[in-house]
Amino acid sequence: MTQATEVLIPSTPDEAARLFGDGTGVTVIGGGTIVLPDLTYGAPKPAKALLLSRAGLAGVGREGGTVTIGAATPIAELVGLPAPLGPCAANVADGEIRSQATLGGNLCAGTGHDAPRGDLQGALLALDAVARSVGSGGETSEPLEDFLARRDSRLLLDVSFAEPAAGAFAALDYPHTHEYTVLAVSGARGADGTVRLAATGLAGHGWRLRSAEAAAADHEAAGAAAVADVRLGDDALASAWYREKTLPVLVRRVLTKLEEAV
Amino acid sequence: MNLTVNGVAHEIESGPLTTLLDVLREELGITSPKAGCEQGGCGACTVVIDGQPRRSCLTAVGSVDGAAVTTVEGLGTPEHLSPIQQAFTHHYAAQCGFCTSGMMMAAQAYVDGGGTDDREAIQHALGGHVCRCTGYVKIIDAVAAAARGDSFDMTVTAAGTAMTNLGGVA
Repeated sequence: MTQATEVLIPSTPDEAARLFGDGTGVTVIGGGTIVLPDLTYGAPKPAKALLLSRAGLAGVGREGGTVTIGAATPIAELVGLPAPLGPCAANVADGEIRSQATLGGNLCAGTGHDAPRGDLQGALLALDAVARSVGSGGETSEPLEDFLARRDSRLLLDVSFAEPAAGAFAALDYPHTHEYTVLAVSGARGADGTVRLAATGLAGHGWRLRSAEAAAADHEAAGAAAVADVRLGDDALASAWYREKTLPVLVRRVLTKLEEAV
Repeated sequence: MNLTVNGVAHEIESGPLTTLLDVLREELGITSPKAGCEQGGCGACTVVIDGQPRRSCLTAVGSVDGAAVTTVEGLGTPEHLSPIQQAFTHHYAAQCGFCTSGMMMAAQAYVDGGGTDDREAIQHALGGHVCRCTGYVKIIDAVAAAARGDSFDMTVTAAGTAMTNLGGVA
């Protein structure tokens, strides 16, 4: 007989952190848009499920040039933020899904079986976001890039980033009732003129495009260099070959948009 | 757990990870929300939760404990169709009808939220809903008419064809 899932519904961030513990055996559910279909389609029931819908982890703060977004914030609430995050959020699924799916779920979900996940990872990597999380060892704040590598064992509390001087987003979509993102590139220029680029739609999670950043002054060279920064995969939306051919195009588009956004 | 569905309070016995779709259909016997793709891709299961259109197949009932849920059963009756139902009927906005429940609930939330008859805005609001009969033009016609507050002569369709078996009331 299958053991029943212990469902935990915290009402404060502290309670959520305590119930998460070191994360062993805990499946975190934000909006449920990924976990619920998995369960419907036969995924094993988790030993423990932590529902964050009432944990007080939702909300967007903008103060002193810093944006802070709670993990349980619906993606719909990010649509009005500056590029690259706002346009990236607007490109996720459809309005009903965006109102239910959360930032934390988008950043922390495992790699999709037949389509890439984690659209917001690219925008937030380009924004050099910091992730605040709890888990084994207590609370930590670290670059999103480091957090993504160990996100399975952490409970995200929020992400924060400095508002960019300019931002840009370009995506290749697969039309459906809502759009699936085949591949996307985000770019941000900081107040000091530094350009950061990142991509999603790759094998695994989103990645910074450091070689492309180093060549950013020459759009053609940057596009060609980006392919060396990433690992591309085949899935139901596109082949790795197709992604390799289109990644340079998206990089060039983002760099052009960044130049135009003076 | 408790839900108020179409104005009626229910104590829910299903576990908190049960989808709201299953609770509505299997526990409460409310069958207008359809189990289409059951992964958020079709919109046939959309209901209105606390005023917002949501996919019931993606919603753990434990996350909406205490909420007010509206389904098509809460819109009108066969004798007294709601304005959205009249619009869909008059504009012949259903063919096979499988997507109609979700379409109407999304349309109801759109109109209740102050949506206008702007066709692009309607397409955006209904963007997550698929009609495999591809009857989108008439669906958008119906939502635009409801958004304008049109009144409907329920003895004829918008095309002027006499209605015989659509359940319309003169």
